[in-house]
Amino acid sequence: MNKRSKETLFFQILRLGTYVTVSTVVALLAYLVYMGSDMLSFSFVTSFPREGMTAGGIYPAVVGTLYLMALVLLLSLPLGVAAAVYLSEYAGERESRLVKIIRIATANLAGVPSIVYGLLGLGLFVLFLGFGFSLLSASLTLSLLTLPVIITASVEALKTVPHSYREAALALGATKWQTTKRVVFPHALPGILTASIIGLSRAAGETAPIMMTGVAYFLSGLPQSVIDQFMALPFHIFALSTQSPNPDLTRPIQFGAVLVLLLLVLSMNLVAILLRTYYRRRLS
Amino acid sequence: MIESFKKVKIEVRALNVWFYKKHVLKDISMRFRTNGVTSIMGPSGCGKTTLIRSLNRMNEVLKGSRTEGEVLVDGENVYDSDIDVFELRRRVGMVFQKPNPFPKSIFENVAFGLRIQGMNERDQLEERIMVSLRRAGLWDEVKDRMDESALTLSGGQQQRLCIARALAVEPEVILMDEPTSALDPAATARIETLIRELAKDYTVVIVTHNMQQAARVSDLTAFLYIGELIEYSPTPDIFENPQNVLTEKYITGEFG
Amino acid sequence: MRSPKRLGEKIIERLLLLSALVSILLVALIFLFLFREGLPAFAEIPLLSFLTGETWQPVAEEPKYGILPLLSGTMLVTIGAVGVAVPLGISTALYLSEVAGSREKEILKPFIELLAGVPSVVYGFVALTVLATAVQTLFGNTFRLNALNGSLVLAVMILPTIVSIAEDALSAVPMEYKEAAWALGASRWETLRRVVLPAASSGVFIGVILGIGRAVGETMAVLMATGNSPVVTADFFRSIETMTAAIAIEMGEVVHGSVHYSALFAIGLVLFAITFVINLAADAFVERSVRRFKR
Repeated sequence: MNKRSKETLFFQILRLGTYVTVSTVVALLAYLVYMGSDMLSFSFVTSFPREGMTAGGIYPAVVGTLYLMALVLLLSLPLGVAAAVYLSEYAGERESRLVKIIRIATANLAGVPSIVYGLLGLGLFVLFLGFGFSLLSASLTLSLLTLPVIITASVEALKTVPHSYREAALALGATKWQTTKRVVFPHALPGILTASIIGLSRAAGETAPIMMTGVAYFLSGLPQSVIDQFMALPFHIFALSTQSPNPDLTRPIQFGAVLVLLLLVLSMNLVAILLRTYYRRRLS
Repeated sequence: MIESFKKVKIEVRALNVWFYKKHVLKDISMRFRTNGVTSIMGPSGCGKTTLIRSLNRMNEVLKGSRTEGEVLVDGENVYDSDIDVFELRRRVGMVFQKPNPFPKSIFENVAFGLRIQGMNERDQLEERIMVSLRRAGLWDEVKDRMDESALTLSGGQQQRLCIARALAVEPEVILMDEPTSALDPAATARIETLIRELAKDYTVVIVTHNMQQAARVSDLTAFLYIGELIEYSPTPDIFENPQNVLTEKYITGEFG
Repeated sequence: MRSPKRLGEKIIERLLLLSALVSILLVALIFLFLFREGLPAFAEIPLLSFLTGETWQPVAEEPKYGILPLLSGTMLVTIGAVGVAVPLGISTALYLSEVAGSREKEILKPFIELLAGVPSVVYGFVALTVLATAVQTLFGNTFRLNALNGSLVLAVMILPTIVSIAEDALSAVPMEYKEAAWALGASRWETLRRVVLPAASSGVFIGVILGIGRAVGETMAVLMATGNSPVVTADFFRSIETMTAAIAIEMGEVVHGSVHYSALFAIGLVLFAITFVINLAADAFVERSVRRFKR
């Protein structure tokens, strides 16, 4: 076999490997869509479960997940962006010991397993601070989990702002904050938004941390305050498929819930990616 | 003596600048005349950009810089610890080599310096912006598209916009770091004419690696070589009758 | 030009610094609470028997707290996952960076990124229902939920991580290296093998390390896929239990303050230590590859 045909062979193997992986996943997703689409309807998403979860809808779980996302957004976005602004705009000059440690800490936090965050949430929020099993404990825990993601991605977004813009502003007598607020931040906003959406969608799909801080399998009503317990989509799926007395009977609801969660998370990710592509094109 | 002091806008005394370990400017002492154009020329790496950036403390923006010595603007040392560096930069404006308008509208670009001073009234802004754009020779070309993005302008127009932007805050000194090296000959000529105009009311200091430009545009010329001030005289003198052998070599093109 | 001290600026800088310090606070809190809740376990359980004991039966008459089965379970599924994901992931990364056209790339790259967004419970669900059946049909194994199941689903989960990091590393190899090789008569494949891949090796390695970290830390997918039976084994067709699954399942049933409760936190501590080390290893490789490409 000469060089040329050997090369083609190897490249075809690579292509095969890639497309086998891709098609398997596509097939799986298609299967989930197929199995879940029967259940998918407006009433499914807006009605309460009935008859031991074998009928009815997933309304409380959807609401719970939405509440969680809103709280996580509120708690982690401002803090994460503020930290990113400091790391990108203020810390640049003196790479002090402290700043180095902050960067290492942030990078490593992203690799901490979500269940460890769950344990932290249990120890800190549920027990030590006494918030108990509640929406508050769970959303605080998820916020901690989302924070490193938002910080890292926001720093990246801020870094892409050309240095010449900062110089121009400073040369006109702008202070660092004025430069950041009026020139750097607006330019980096799309990137920061994208990062937040991706971080939020991750929080929406997490199960382990909320298992340890307040999610419930069945509640008769919606949470009325942040101290209440709540239901959530990911846990609902888990509980239905592994803990309900007869999983086979609730199977259709499981597939429906899976599809709803998938649609929620994937559409958020899609929006984020499209946003990023759109702004990348516009700026170049 | 008092006469000549009155005419000095900026005095540099024993200025030394390091970037990390590199000694970029060595013991520079010179005076810049009020109004008129002073150009600083020399081969690449001689420290001319560092020198003008020392005048508005823009060197501090770069990592690893260290400055010793004094720069006196109207008799006040701008490196004193209680100097408001932001006010300094308003009074001593700067135009960069590569035009760097903000990714905003033409209006907002020129308004930027005014807004950060707290001026936000539309009519006040419009007035000042128009004056600045006229002075920069750009008004007629952009008056009908003030809300369009500055990035739609040509290179020469963008540079004039940057000049207008700097003028809007009513500086006393305008520093220009190779303002035309990124532009075509026609745009260059326009800006050179503009510089001569501005020299009537502002102290202009321009860095250039183009000797002909220095000869055309400036009243006084300084020649820098590897961080040292080699020669500093009225422009016609330095070109026709260089005192230092290095200056002569540079002028005759023996080194870039 | 003498100034009022610009107090507003200083306040803003302080506030931003405080926000940035939260990261350090967070790491400290994790350590603190894991130790606080987990250390009491060792008052009852000798450290050595905790780490090396072969039986994990915390709810028996005579509770046994040896986490070796859990460690082994985690290791088994991780090795399996890596064994599948690394070849597939690197091939895909190679394909994307060197062979695929830009059109293809524009569709495939976002697709793989999208994959990273799929929640782990969905993967777990798939493993529980479809995958387990498929594997059983294929291999005829006794235990429907087993380590192989877990490995396969984990492999798909860590694939996006490996692919995107490796692809970035491969794309970052300067064109000059490739051109030099081609000018010497090397084919594209030879260049890939002998020049590009070695040059990108640190980056690819980082991707693999981070993938391993993800696999070790994953909870829901393995919980639903592996059967949760704590045994020390190398048999992929047996049910096993990972550290993460044990914590997740049993925490709901323990009494606060009991030995079992503390033991679970202690497992968390071990888990945290392992992933921390993995991340430090990745950091070390990042340092290395940065130094390599510094001109």
